[in-house]
Amino acid sequence: MSELLKNTIRFILFILVQVFILFKMPPLHRFVTPYLYYLYILWLPFSLSRMSLTFVGFFFGLCLDYFTKTPGLHAAACTLIAYVRPFVISVLISQEGADKNYISPSIVSMGWAPYATYVIVLTLLHHTYLVLLEWLNFGSVMYFIGKVFASTAVSLLLVLLTEMLFFRKQKFRTNTI
Amino acid sequence: MRNVFLFIRRHFNFLFFLVLQIIALSFLFRFNKFHQAAFLNVSTEITGRINERYNNIEYYFQLKKTNESLVQENARLRQQLKENYEAPDSLTRLIHDTIRVDSTSIIKYKIMEAKVVGNTTSLQDNYLTIHRGFDQGVRPNMGVTGPQGIVGSVVNVSKNFATVQSMLHYQFKYVAKLKHSNETGTIGWDGLSPLYVIMKGIPKSAKVEKGDTVLTTQLTSTFPANLMIGTVAEIVPDNSSSFYTLKVRAATNFGNIEYVYVIDNLQYEEQKMLEDSTRKKIQ
Repeated sequence: MSELLKNTIRFILFILVQVFILFKMPPLHRFVTPYLYYLYILWLPFSLSRMSLTFVGFFFGLCLDYFTKTPGLHAAACTLIAYVRPFVISVLISQEGADKNYISPSIVSMGWAPYATYVIVLTLLHHTYLVLLEWLNFGSVMYFIGKVFASTAVSLLLVLLTEMLFFRKQKFRTNTI
Repeated sequence: MRNVFLFIRRHFNFLFFLVLQIIALSFLFRFNKFHQAAFLNVSTEITGRINERYNNIEYYFQLKKTNESLVQENARLRQQLKENYEAPDSLTRLIHDTIRVDSTSIIKYKIMEAKVVGNTTSLQDNYLTIHRGFDQGVRPNMGVTGPQGIVGSVVNVSKNFATVQSMLHYQFKYVAKLKHSNETGTIGWDGLSPLYVIMKGIPKSAKVEKGDTVLTTQLTSTFPANLMIGTVAEIVPDNSSSFYTLKVRAATNFGNIEYVYVIDNLQYEEQKMLEDSTRKKIQ
């Protein structure tokens, strides 16, 4: 399956899962909103240029926004993490050249520790910005801090489960450079 | 000039990022204020169709509960039938005809049923999508009520669908009254639990008890008077204020709502025109 087709299917699946499963769940606590959809942006290929990455992030967030009737909220957060993603990757794997040898970021291509750092940093960034925008017209400081950390914890758990369930095998591409 | 182009080329990614951020934020803030956004009509139509597909499946799992709530509502309405009441002895006393709908009175509210196809309760700003839109007579600002109690008000309308701002939305504000004492206050949501809403503005001189019924008033034009909102579940102690903060258990169960009624106030335009022109006259 080509990368483009794979990512298009992922695009649709991630939005449907977020809208019809995670948002439909009865709320556990007011601090906890389970987010998983942004994993799509973390899984995009290395080869995408920075401009198209930012645009894909914006478009992906906006699509989700039209389902939740909050135009711009998720789009802003997704644009931010899509823009920051290349910086985080270059810091984490600058020595190994994995971004040339593998297709997309994963446990296999980056290794356990760098990949976990990558996910945690971007999750935290995404949630902080999202809750900040929500907080501007709603809630208190306690709400802001509590929601960022509680939602991040739940999201990380979901990401871990997703990585285990849908383990992405990645081939080592030797003669691509 | 050359330097400007060089600057743009060098920082193109960052500038592109900034532009997208500004677009996203302007969408967000404009929507929060006026409930308008670019492509909203088209997107409501598309997301509405997808929601409808999903709802066709989900609906079967809710059939039992939906049926129950409709039967309960029927029972309540049957209770109000004229035949249930003994006619007073009109030979000895003068009786006024109190039947509301007769040839001399004018109907004020039109009620249309609608199916709920999309609904969230877990966010801070919850909306419902209903399968009835502009072509079927829904307009913004109409009230929406469920079988058990009020649900929210229409904010946006596309051709066949409409989005309803649910009571569980941080911007939802509505005037309500206590049935017992007729004191009016405002209903809003604090974002804590989808089961409870908050009522404020009841002076402490009024007598409030747990279990008091909260109803709509005739003071706003969205809903007819005396529709159920909920019951007082807790009186939150607050010594610094001279007003009560009441925790109200919402009558509507937002988790499994399947059908709602859209309420069209036929005299809304007239009332609004009068109020607006009065405001202009004073200025």
